[in-house]
Amino acid sequence: MEAIVLQILNGLDKGSAYALIAMGLTLIFGTLGVVNFAHGALFMIGAFCAVTLSRILSLSRTIVDETQKDFLGNPLKVDIPYVYDWFGEATGNAIIDWSVPLSILFAIPVMIAIGVIMERGLIKHFYKRPHADQILVTFGLAIVLQEIIKYYYGANPIPTPAPEAFKGSFDFGNFLGFDPNMIIYPYWRIIYFGFAAVIISAVFAFLQFTTFGMVVRAGMADRETVQLLGINIDRRFTLMFGIAAAVAGLAGVMYTPINSPNYHMGMDFLVLSFVVVVVGGMGSLPGAVAAGFLLGILESFASMREVLSVLPGLNQIIIYLVAIIILLTRPRGLMGRKGVMED
Amino acid sequence: MFGLDKKDTRLLILVAILVALAPFILNPFPEGSGMAQFNAGYPDLMQRFVIFGIFAIGFNILFGLTGYLSFGHAAFLGVGSYAAMWMMKLLTMNVIPAIIVSVIVAGVFSLAVGWISLRRSGIYFSILTLAFAQMSYSLAYSVLTPITGGETGLQPKNLDPRILDAPLADGATPKAHLFGLKMGSSFDLSVGTWVFTFNAGYYVAAIVMLAAFYLSIRIFRSPFGLILRAVKSNQQRLNYTGLNSKPYTLAAFVISGMYAGLAGGLMVAMDTQVGADRMFWTASGEVVLMSILGGVGTLIGPVLGAGTIKYMENILSKINSDILHTWFAFLPDGLEDFVVTLIYPFVGKGWHLTLGLIFMLVVIFLPGGLVEGGQRISKFFGRKKSQKSTPNGKETPAE
Amino acid sequence: MGILEVKNVGKRFGGLQALGDVNLSIAENSVHAIIGPNGAGKSTLLNCLVGKLIPDTGSVMFDGQSVLGRKPFEINQMGISRVFQTPEIFGDLSVLENMMIPCFAKRDGAFTPNAFINMLKDREIVERAEAMLEEMKMAEHRHMHAAALSRGDKRRLEIGMCLSQEPRLLLLDEPTAGMARADTNNTIDLLKQIKDERDITISIIEHDMHVVFSLAERITVLAQGTPLVEDTPENIKGHPKVREAYLGETQDAA
Repeated sequence: MEAIVLQILNGLDKGSAYALIAMGLTLIFGTLGVVNFAHGALFMIGAFCAVTLSRILSLSRTIVDETQKDFLGNPLKVDIPYVYDWFGEATGNAIIDWSVPLSILFAIPVMIAIGVIMERGLIKHFYKRPHADQILVTFGLAIVLQEIIKYYYGANPIPTPAPEAFKGSFDFGNFLGFDPNMIIYPYWRIIYFGFAAVIISAVFAFLQFTTFGMVVRAGMADRETVQLLGINIDRRFTLMFGIAAAVAGLAGVMYTPINSPNYHMGMDFLVLSFVVVVVGGMGSLPGAVAAGFLLGILESFASMREVLSVLPGLNQIIIYLVAIIILLTRPRGLMGRKGVMED
Repeated sequence: MFGLDKKDTRLLILVAILVALAPFILNPFPEGSGMAQFNAGYPDLMQRFVIFGIFAIGFNILFGLTGYLSFGHAAFLGVGSYAAMWMMKLLTMNVIPAIIVSVIVAGVFSLAVGWISLRRSGIYFSILTLAFAQMSYSLAYSVLTPITGGETGLQPKNLDPRILDAPLADGATPKAHLFGLKMGSSFDLSVGTWVFTFNAGYYVAAIVMLAAFYLSIRIFRSPFGLILRAVKSNQQRLNYTGLNSKPYTLAAFVISGMYAGLAGGLMVAMDTQVGADRMFWTASGEVVLMSILGGVGTLIGPVLGAGTIKYMENILSKINSDILHTWFAFLPDGLEDFVVTLIYPFVGKGWHLTLGLIFMLVVIFLPGGLVEGGQRISKFFGRKKSQKSTPNGKETPAE
Repeated sequence: MGILEVKNVGKRFGGLQALGDVNLSIAENSVHAIIGPNGAGKSTLLNCLVGKLIPDTGSVMFDGQSVLGRKPFEINQMGISRVFQTPEIFGDLSVLENMMIPCFAKRDGAFTPNAFINMLKDREIVERAEAMLEEMKMAEHRHMHAAALSRGDKRRLEIGMCLSQEPRLLLLDEPTAGMARADTNNTIDLLKQIKDERDITISIIEHDMHVVFSLAERITVLAQGTPLVEDTPENIKGHPKVREAYLGETQDAA
């Protein structure tokens, strides 16, 4: 029993990432009708926002401290972060420590801006073009973005740790009423799941309860009619693209402690995210979210030692296998809407 | 001749000549000169040109004609490679059985994948092929390791069965050959300061490529090719006109899968090793890039695209900052540094960036690829504009 | 026994009964029209005849064989050709190539992977296609991109493509929709010519009464999913029920 709960928990963090990315993808082609192969790159850029901010916050000046010596016997060069100067050492340390959560604030405007620029600069020219062209140009864009990041940040993963307070694990089993020490789970990964849940709820609430959201939902259902009603749907869609980019970016920001950001993490997540979207049903936001979590948990179950001893390598292929089966038996995915993407 | 009309025969002969004279054409810079590293005429690269040309030609039969975008063709390439390798280990190091088996096995595999994937169309189809490709990669990498060698891949070993071959001397490495002619054997011709390398493996692969190219011309010009183009143009109308589009698309899928397998088999024949990375989905993405860059739906486009991308991969990636500095040394220092810094991210290890940008520009502005670019340029230089647009315009190559 | 026998066909979409108890008989070599106000179920009925929809009840027999459950290409091979509301042709291909495709389908069947000849060397097909283009007065456009044709020309091409297969039944779905008077008259003349020169049954769904009364020998009026009346044009013209279906209340003749 505990093993099952543990695997469910294990699947939650990757599942959350899938769900967030898939949600963004669905938003983009639900509203704009565009297949965005660059969405994984947005996830990656979000992660590198966290890296950038943590580097900015750690910007230091170097002084030479005569009172200490390094291993060669010379006076020690000490880096003193500017935040120490401004806020004092204790606060400065806290700020640097918390750079990942702080990056949320940094990432939101950056990602929205990037999303809006992408949409206005490139994507909007591809509304009327066939899906294949959209896939191709966004694929090219994903390569370009990936290479730019690789150029500035190098090819190696850059560890970006969580705040001290959240490193390590806690006895989740005890919390749920199981015996102690049966289910130990890292703090940060629970936080990630909670964070994802908040974002998902926020997006749904936004779409459900605001006028803007209502217009967007109407546009998703029938773009032409909304335009005929005199509503400038284009501007709203641009903003939706920005929001979708922000969602992907935030997913990336908070994921950094779980998996050190590297330049090809975008591509790694992209393939699976598309599979998730298609399984959940193109055009269905609840489907995308549900499928993301389901497939994340499925992947986690498939990596259990017991499973792998019988079917080695299952964890790598299970998602694809399930996707193929679902695509063949339920052509619209789990919750897909009729007529979306059916050329 | 051979059933081709005048224009196509000219094209085939032109390609044959270019391919035959490639060692000369690709080594324009004298040996030992500063530019010698941009010579593309060495066996490895020349082989890759024609092998990836085959891959792209086959892919184009599916994507260019029917419009179905598959992201999984690298899996067929990989399967062909593994099949060829096993033929070399079990039967003989003679490349013929290896190549034949690679085509057959890849064909069967693509039949299975295509039969399932083509139950859907559009993006669903693309994602299905992507799923199959990644599954195949994972299977090759971690699950079917006895067959595939997993992470390390496979090489021919001295102690392999090789039923049809004579046993090797101790310690000798098995070498691929065509009835005794080793694929690795080359012959250098020195003319003055230039050196031209003639490699057996390259010519074997080149002959195969010409055959594959000829076949693709026949397919393009046939009723079968016409109906494939009709699938892309208006599949609904095709079905209501009494033609069942499903077997046609499946046939195109299998044909392109066999071409991919052939390329995979040839890769093993030239460079006797195989690994799972050959099947990663980005390798499928690469052949998509080649087709688009060269000109999707044209005859010679895929070949041009394959050549361009392989050239960039091997040559552009060699330009590092030292070379840039020697090029721009004639500029005053500050300007020189500025120019070098400007260019540097786009070359050397950053060549992927250039590739991505060029690709985006092609998709946005020049969807017909290099072939369309060539046609526009020749139109610009004063050829008579035809009043009726030629429906075969896309098939005529840029000269 | 007509060449097309529709018996008790019904079709439901969720809560909507699109077709209910439709009985229809189209005599061979006649021109039959199906008319009715919007929402009457004309397109649904047509889709049941060509394999796009399967009715919930009833049977559709073409020349004695059931059509239900067959794929569109099979139905075409049986001898039914369909003209779409918006002309459906192969826009990327040339006019000649457009005409060659149905010829291939007729001669070679639903799937013949003929990859071994140059299509232009297939004399039989090329001559048949050229002949049909001549008949449609489109021979001069043979190398043009089909997408560049005018709408009227696209319609002609589409009809020509259907005829080249020598179908027993030609189904036209609002062939003059969106056409100006001149084009409409051309289409009427073309259909009259086809009717006179060939052994062929024609069934038209139409809104334009001018077209209907110029061509039809019998008319079925569909309203709210069932046939209201089936009769000759003269009898339909003054029929009170027809007027009521279209206009609501009985009114003085305009």
